[in-house]
Amino acid sequence: VIANPTAGGRFLATKVLWSVVGWLVVFVFFFPVLWMWLEALKTEPQAASSPPTIFFVPTLAEFQEVLSGDFPPFFINSAIASIGSTLLVLILGLPAAYALAIRPVKRTRDVLFFFISTRFLPFAASLVPLYLLARDLQLLDNIFALVLIYTTINLPLGVWLLRSFLLEIPPDLFEAARVDGAGFQNELLRIVVPLIAPGIAATSLICLIFSWNEFFYAVNLTSSVAATTPLFLVGFISGRGLFYAKLAAAATLSSLPVLMAGWIAQKQLIRGLTMGAVK
Amino acid sequence: VKTTGRSILRSAVGTGGGREPTAASVTRRDAWVRRLPLLPAFVYVVLVTQIPFALTIYYSFFSWNLLKPGSFQFSGLDNYTRLLTDESLRTGVLNTVVLTFSVIVISVVLGLAIASMLNSEVFGKGLMRTLMIAPFLIMPTAGALIWKDTLLNPLFGLLPYLLTPFGLGRVDWVNRFPMATVVAVEVWRWTPFMMLIILAGLQSQNPELLEAARVDGANALQAFRRITLPLVRPFIELGALLGSLFVVQTFDSIYMLTYGGPGEDTTNLPFLLYLVAFQGFSIGQASAIGVVAVILTTIVATFALRTLFSIFQVEARR
Repeated sequence: VIANPTAGGRFLATKVLWSVVGWLVVFVFFFPVLWMWLEALKTEPQAASSPPTIFFVPTLAEFQEVLSGDFPPFFINSAIASIGSTLLVLILGLPAAYALAIRPVKRTRDVLFFFISTRFLPFAASLVPLYLLARDLQLLDNIFALVLIYTTINLPLGVWLLRSFLLEIPPDLFEAARVDGAGFQNELLRIVVPLIAPGIAATSLICLIFSWNEFFYAVNLTSSVAATTPLFLVGFISGRGLFYAKLAAAATLSSLPVLMAGWIAQKQLIRGLTMGAVK
Repeated sequence: VKTTGRSILRSAVGTGGGREPTAASVTRRDAWVRRLPLLPAFVYVVLVTQIPFALTIYYSFFSWNLLKPGSFQFSGLDNYTRLLTDESLRTGVLNTVVLTFSVIVISVVLGLAIASMLNSEVFGKGLMRTLMIAPFLIMPTAGALIWKDTLLNPLFGLLPYLLTPFGLGRVDWVNRFPMATVVAVEVWRWTPFMMLIILAGLQSQNPELLEAARVDGANALQAFRRITLPLVRPFIELGALLGSLFVVQTFDSIYMLTYGGPGEDTTNLPFLLYLVAFQGFSIGQASAIGVVAVILTTIVATFALRTLFSIFQVEARR
């Protein structure tokens, strides 16, 4: 109940005003994504017309075209690289995070520092040797090379993030398990994994985002057999207005997994991006 | 006020809690039991990051062109002295600094403004936030192409068409303002990132404090400067520093939008390294560029890590 009608009216007016401004700004930022979707639903002549086509009958023809063409292998490579590296991050990262959170080793701080500093080592620092190594090991244009490299990129983040979730588990739970005489493996599987399921989900999400969208290593270490979705898009660079609808459909499909995952797990996104610093 | 701002930050590193082992309680065997789960990850990271980096430093002292067999020769500091006299490196460093600095400053300011809006009373907050983070989630290569071909293309793009009434139609933005275009696309991508982090800071604020300030006669701007800003400062610092570590490495959008050009106008360090290594096949020279990139990034990263740890420790001491 609003006691003073003028104050209430002023409050509503401010709210409406800020809502309008806010929605305008959001529209500007979201527009390129919306435009990508619209272009994807056009025919080629509509997509590359001057002036631009605003009203049209949507068609899924370009999506069909992309999906029935040479796009799927790229998509599958991306899936293998992302899922493979995420699993490796969890397998290697969970025990490490456990060692740093539940039964801390000496100099825990230094170890954490070391892990995260490797994430901030520029990709440029190791590209050339990794390229030469991949060449000598016959791993050029092999998806396995990307799996290994993406694991490296995401492991420091994974360790930090999983540790931040592990620290939230009450220590008493572990005391109880230890009294029962449960070993390390047992403790990890029976207590830790179920309790930090949300943490595992958040970590997987962040790993997925970074590895799915990765381009620098992909473009330099793969060419055809193991090429991932960003490389499919490179094929459109020289397009002179002939393949806009197809490009937009491919861009939409390429972005879909990360966009969906990010939207579903919005809350975990901040925590993941700040390595657990911001909840 | 400052500590309330940090209250949502995770408790963590080092000094906090009672879980740090005391020296006496840790026998040698126990120490290894503790260390063992850490080893696979540790060894893996050393193998795939430290050894290649050591090799990069090693190669940087050699003259080596991949296309010329037998050209692998020790050349001392030649690669570095050449870099010092070479125009390309100076341009590359300058472009990296300009790009990173503009993107971070602009996206922090926009991110702060949008986060403040989302933290006030508006209709459809949840949906606004959801739509706002989309640019960050879109694949960077895809986003860059959509901008270049469907929005900015002088013939078919939407923006030149919309700007025609203002006399700006048919402007070839990507070629006439290459750096500004790359900055704009990167700002579009990083503003949501800043917004998310700053919004988390704003939401940790106690609304009663603002109410009290208003009762004391402070206007909205004063309240923002005196109460809100100091509170979100650590969040802004964190966002800016993490963001700059990513933006320093910008490669995707440059590759897709300008390919480093025209000339070297948008060639930053990662792109220069790519050109030297994979178009010129000069492994030694590229390695030297890699070392320079590491030195520059380390300077930024040191500050970033210090901020991260100070935030963690403020919380741990509480």
